[in-house]
Amino acid sequence: MSVDVATEIVRERSLPVRAVRDGLAITGRNLIAYRRVPQLLVFSTIQPVIFVLMFRYVFGEAIQVPGPIHYVDFLMPGIFVQTVVFGAIATAIGLATDMKTGLMERFRSLPMARSAVLAGRTLADLTRNVFVVLLMVAVGFLVGFRIHTDVLGLVGGILLLLLFGYAMSWIFATIGLVVGDPETAQAAAFPMLAPLVFASSLFVPVARMPGWLQPWADHQPVSVTANAVRYLTLGDTPLGHASDVWQALAWCAAILLVFAPIAVRRYRHAV
Amino acid sequence: MADAAIEVEGLTKRFGDVVALEGIDFSVPARSVFGLLGPNGAGKTTAIRILATVLEPDGGRVAVLGHDVVAEPDAVRRRIGLAGQFAAVDPNLTGRENLRLIGLLTQMETSAIPPRAAELLERFDLSDAADRPARTYSGGMRRRLDVAAALVPRPPVLFLDEPTTGLDLHSRNGLWDMINELVADGTTVLLTTQYLEEADRLAERVAVIDHGLVIANDTPSVLKAQLGSTVAELGFEDATIAEQARALLTGRYPGVEREGTMVRLSSNEGPRLLVDVLRELDGAQLAPATLAVHEPSLDDVFLALTGRHAEEVGAGEVLAGEESAAAGGRRRRRGAA
Repeated sequence: MSVDVATEIVRERSLPVRAVRDGLAITGRNLIAYRRVPQLLVFSTIQPVIFVLMFRYVFGEAIQVPGPIHYVDFLMPGIFVQTVVFGAIATAIGLATDMKTGLMERFRSLPMARSAVLAGRTLADLTRNVFVVLLMVAVGFLVGFRIHTDVLGLVGGILLLLLFGYAMSWIFATIGLVVGDPETAQAAAFPMLAPLVFASSLFVPVARMPGWLQPWADHQPVSVTANAVRYLTLGDTPLGHASDVWQALAWCAAILLVFAPIAVRRYRHAV
Repeated sequence: MADAAIEVEGLTKRFGDVVALEGIDFSVPARSVFGLLGPNGAGKTTAIRILATVLEPDGGRVAVLGHDVVAEPDAVRRRIGLAGQFAAVDPNLTGRENLRLIGLLTQMETSAIPPRAAELLERFDLSDAADRPARTYSGGMRRRLDVAAALVPRPPVLFLDEPTTGLDLHSRNGLWDMINELVADGTTVLLTTQYLEEADRLAERVAVIDHGLVIANDTPSVLKAQLGSTVAELGFEDATIAEQARALLTGRYPGVEREGTMVRLSSNEGPRLLVDVLRELDGAQLAPATLAVHEPSLDDVFLALTGRHAEEVGAGEVLAGEESAAAGGRRRRRGAA
């Protein structure tokens, strides 16, 4: 009797084929969790909706935006960016949970592509972002947000948001693998994100911030991406220029180039 | 039968300053069950993780069905199944979806996966719960699903890390039967356990691991013969009386030793021995205050092999994982040296 691999049901597949198949299998598995535990999705959309209502109707009247732009048109691109940035925390929590439950250990004992766990996690979170961003655009229209450019500008803005969210996912993939515990990942995320999300042009024009804060608030990736989305949806205004789009793309590329290798390296050594 | 399915030579692993494995050797014949027996923190889980390619060894050589775990990890992974100490199933997937995912990731023929999943769900008594998310399962059901997941691609080598810890009696017996069936079908099984009884029931050979070293490697019957099949513990009022009892019994009965107010005997003829011993003690006015009789445990094996008790690490350290558990064991070793 043969004691070797049961060849009749296990196939040898090349690495590229495995990378795609296994990555999609893990993506599907992560998406099932969003479908089966809808709270994960509901809570990640309630928070940005509250921000919309709060800034649109409570603080909005007190905030002055330069030029003829209405505050809601300034606000919504900021809300979109905030949504994908906070959404990236889910990547950290998902990976940390898999480490804690021992699933990661099982994955590492399987003849699957090494890339699949990270690819499948980030792709699932990208898919979720498509849903969340479209929902927030709809919420924006309901509270009076209007596009001053055209549909192409809106589509371009959404694609840029998804790319930025995807890049942020790789930062949080690294964090999730380093801390290895979902509660710690959640707790670590907020203090890291606060300077990016609040010391930014998301809700308030940078020009009204103290002088020492302005260089940071002007050039950090979250502001640049919000300004780029403003350019794409509102046209060339003091709030956003074409150069912001190129800078935002450069930030996404830089984040991916730095954090994807770190996350992959970390995954190889994580159990 | 002579061909070895698993060969381990001089395997070492350290975590920072902590030595988890100091150089262990053993070999597992194909189509047999081999047990790694030892207390928490002894290095059992570290060894299994290295054999299953989850961790890389620092030194030594490990081959599974002739494939080196470092040089050809994917060849090893195509031939093994691993069920861990903590039930590693996705709580949000149903039982069936969990098995399907493992089928996909082990590169099974896609059409072969659904029938194989259904077969395993049936065999592990999970058919009724097959389409419920695993988070609704009881602990025993999760553990069964975990073992089923390890079996999806019909691996010729199966690693089971403390498979019955936390299982009720019924589930445990079911799993034992399953392991015997698998071996009859040609599977090689390596399991870790803290229970001598389990090693005795299942394994043809047992390696006892302590502080990252193999301190015995034999058949369970030989290990038990060193101890006797019954252990009796006689408790006395104080240590002086206990010492008098020990002096009276030593040399005339096997395996007599004293520890504080306790005198311990081990024998292959437990009941007979007890009648004689109690009569004799009574005649000498040394009747014991308490009496306990049990099958030899891991602790008794350790006592016989090392002259000291199996050192349990603190409960908190156990949950913190093998790394810190190994650290605990190592610290005590230095203290004892």
